[in-house]
Amino acid sequence: MAAGSDSAATARDRVRGIVRDDDGPSVALVLLAGAVAAAVLTPLLWLLLRASTIEPSEALSLLTSPTATEVLANSLGLVALVTAASVALGVPLAVLTVQTDLPFRRFWTVVVALPLVVPSYIGAFAYVSAFGPNGALADLLAPLGIPVPTVYGLGGTALVLTLFVYPYVFLTTRASLLSFDESQLEAARTLNHGYRSAFRRVILPQIAPGVTAGALLVALYTLSDFGTPAIMRFDVFTRVIYVELNSFGIGRANATLFSLELLAVTAVILALESRVGGDGGSGYGAPASANAVVPLGRYRWVAAALPALVATFTLALPVGVLAMWLVRSGPGYAGGGLAFQPEFAFNSVYVAALAALATVLFALPVAYYAGRSNGWLARATERATYLGYAMPGVVLGLALVFFGIHYAPAVYQTLPLLVFAYVVRFLPQAVGSTRSSVLGVDPELIGAARVLGAPPRRAFRRVTLPLIAPGLLAGAALVFLTTMKELDTTLILHPTGFTTLVTYIWRVQEAGYYGRAALPALVLVLVSGLSMIPLLRQQGDDA
Amino acid sequence: MHNDVRIDDPTAEHFEAAPATGTDADAGDPVLELDGVGKRYGPETAVSELDLTVRDGELLTLLGPSGCGKTTTLRMIAGLEDPSEGTVTVADETVAGDGAIVPPEERDVGMVFQEFALFPHLTVAENVAFGLDDPDSEAAEERVAELLDLVGLGEYGDRTPGDLSGGQRQRVALARSLAPEPDVLLLDEPFSNLDVRLRVAMREEVRRILDEAGVTAVSVTHDQEEALSISDRVAVMHDGHVEQVGSPAEVFEHPESRFVASFLGQASFLPAAVGEASVETIIGSYDRDLLEGITEEYTGADVDVLVRPDDLRATPANETEADGHVVRRQYTGPSFVYHVELADGTVVRCLHNHAEDFDVGEPVGVTLVADHTLAWYPAER
Repeated sequence: MAAGSDSAATARDRVRGIVRDDDGPSVALVLLAGAVAAAVLTPLLWLLLRASTIEPSEALSLLTSPTATEVLANSLGLVALVTAASVALGVPLAVLTVQTDLPFRRFWTVVVALPLVVPSYIGAFAYVSAFGPNGALADLLAPLGIPVPTVYGLGGTALVLTLFVYPYVFLTTRASLLSFDESQLEAARTLNHGYRSAFRRVILPQIAPGVTAGALLVALYTLSDFGTPAIMRFDVFTRVIYVELNSFGIGRANATLFSLELLAVTAVILALESRVGGDGGSGYGAPASANAVVPLGRYRWVAAALPALVATFTLALPVGVLAMWLVRSGPGYAGGGLAFQPEFAFNSVYVAALAALATVLFALPVAYYAGRSNGWLARATERATYLGYAMPGVVLGLALVFFGIHYAPAVYQTLPLLVFAYVVRFLPQAVGSTRSSVLGVDPELIGAARVLGAPPRRAFRRVTLPLIAPGLLAGAALVFLTTMKELDTTLILHPTGFTTLVTYIWRVQEAGYYGRAALPALVLVLVSGLSMIPLLRQQGDDA
Repeated sequence: MHNDVRIDDPTAEHFEAAPATGTDADAGDPVLELDGVGKRYGPETAVSELDLTVRDGELLTLLGPSGCGKTTTLRMIAGLEDPSEGTVTVADETVAGDGAIVPPEERDVGMVFQEFALFPHLTVAENVAFGLDDPDSEAAEERVAELLDLVGLGEYGDRTPGDLSGGQRQRVALARSLAPEPDVLLLDEPFSNLDVRLRVAMREEVRRILDEAGVTAVSVTHDQEEALSISDRVAVMHDGHVEQVGSPAEVFEHPESRFVASFLGQASFLPAAVGEASVETIIGSYDRDLLEGITEEYTGADVDVLVRPDDLRATPANETEADGHVVRRQYTGPSFVYHVELADGTVVRCLHNHAEDFDVGEPVGVTLVADHTLAWYPAER
């Protein structure tokens, strides 16, 4: 292993030597990659510039106001609740599907990972349209005298978010459990520890990094999610920023400050994780053995109730509710300028295709540079492009609104600015898949092409590009699909009169025409499902 | 100290095996008993009708080729597998069979795993303390120190398993499994993860540690040299059942079945005809008493006599008086083994020091030089 990477490194050095010998492309590549990184970082700059215009005293009084305190408390409370609930749901499900003789284990493994394909705002919409005022199920239950607790507020938001994001914890925990050396469990049992005690003392400490990684994803998602709390009417950073953004004057100053506070909280969570996560380097080379299944005995079928219950609330219920609205909604709702037009779907596809193309073009130099160099500059450049992951969509939207209004009125509320927002947001996806395919190309091949007389540019075009094309395509597909369902930035930056599936759903759900949103929502669930295939397949292979 | 040898195998019929060493007075009480134990996986039978008794303080090794059911047997003793039939008794308690299944954590059985299975997130000392009732107590601390001293790792308590070499990991695994004072210690191919040079040294070391701890142990291996050199008794397994149990010398010198004979040492089978007072082979006529425990009813029968390289010598001979031709010379370092093809096509092996030198193709005579009786089997022809 070590020897392999050593020789790969020396091979890479050798080839880089060749490239450096004649100069040009290397410098051009670095400049290009640097330019992309800089461009991606600009939104942060606009935000800071805007913040610098606010009087410090004013900022302080705003940030310490009761409203601000409440928003912070709400956000942190929601993150804590959703993270804890996701761990409480995801870890037992992972243990059940990996280590026990649960009936139909494979089936349940797929089913409990599947809620990830439902965008959480669609889930929130489904729950509100089911249990909210005039909701489909609320209407059914009310005459029976069954009281329906309000879906709005902390409880509902936390419930819905948990139901659709716990799979992050499930998947990362599952991966850790699959790589766990089961003979350690047997060793613990011969050392007089029952399964429970062995789980606590041997398994849990070793899967902790996996659980933490999943919990981090959940926390970051919860913190940055705009759609769910907005639909469930719970005042967290994202919802408040969006509301303030749409009011003029003092509102935008508030939005800026809240955005910075939100970024700060995000940074704190990331820092906490890097402290807790540790190395995660468990084991000393003992291979994970074939799964020693823990027999559940007579609880086997009882245990299956847990994944069944989860599937009911995460899959059957939302899809059922949407289908119900679909059947219910007659042509009678057509009025009010809210009729669905096929053009909306076309717009979604069009803008997503543009975003995919642009993102891949931006990603290529960065990924190529990062895949071919180990230097700090290459790493820093690559890291910079990951800002999009850490920056919530509403914050990015806000920053670009400022940029548009103050510096570039010509692009404000135009497609190019919207596409740029998508690029910033989804660049990491494209960089990730492209970089790994660049790493998959043996540097000796380029060396061979050079020795055979191809100048660097031709070697790249004739050898590297065809070999990394699958990675580029995969990245493009992923960006396309995630752009289709992106809510926050689309809502804030879409050109006036340019309606996509997402903005349409948003408008009709705000107006309460639930039935109208059913079809596009189902389409988005499908699209989102397609975008999850790479992630799920990667997990499924281990099964 | 551990030379109390017993024959438990009731199938020992055609020769009278006297215990080579020791007396019955030395034999301890049975600590582990397997009675009619079998294990099936669906239609596959891994172990069948297995009877075994292990006595206090002895080291018994299950020896056999891979897939013979030895590891399954070990795991059934540990409680990591449930037998399909039969009973397992540890220290007079039935832990499997008769409707009882005692989980591994409640049997006083320790186990050293093939890959050692040390807990990577715990230190060496924490690993050793893992099986103790109150791992944080002072008594536990003393016990850990005592065991680390026993295995020669007194200074290594604070290391983690990742920092250790293979041999050190094995010592930790041993100390960890001995700490709770198990009634029986199981060792699953304990040396297979060590490189060859370390393996021999660790064999002696492990034997010393087991002796000092005074523990009753069952180990599993496919390495005959390992089994013969460290065990008090060896149980040779084949196809899910025990072929023979006995002291290393017994099973090696008097294998009761062709399988045991051919599995141990470089065995050849020399066809022979049993006469009134002699036994006739292609390399000559020998006294009938040379055959171990031969009885009257075999007079006139054809048998195969087990001969190993050290039983035979090749002698220079010309083409007319030769018994056969050298077909291969095998250089083993300290000695040569000549493979000689006899006139009837049988190939036998002869062990030589460097003094004699034959070339491949050379005609040689073959002489029986064994100073002990030879095992034999009814001819299969």
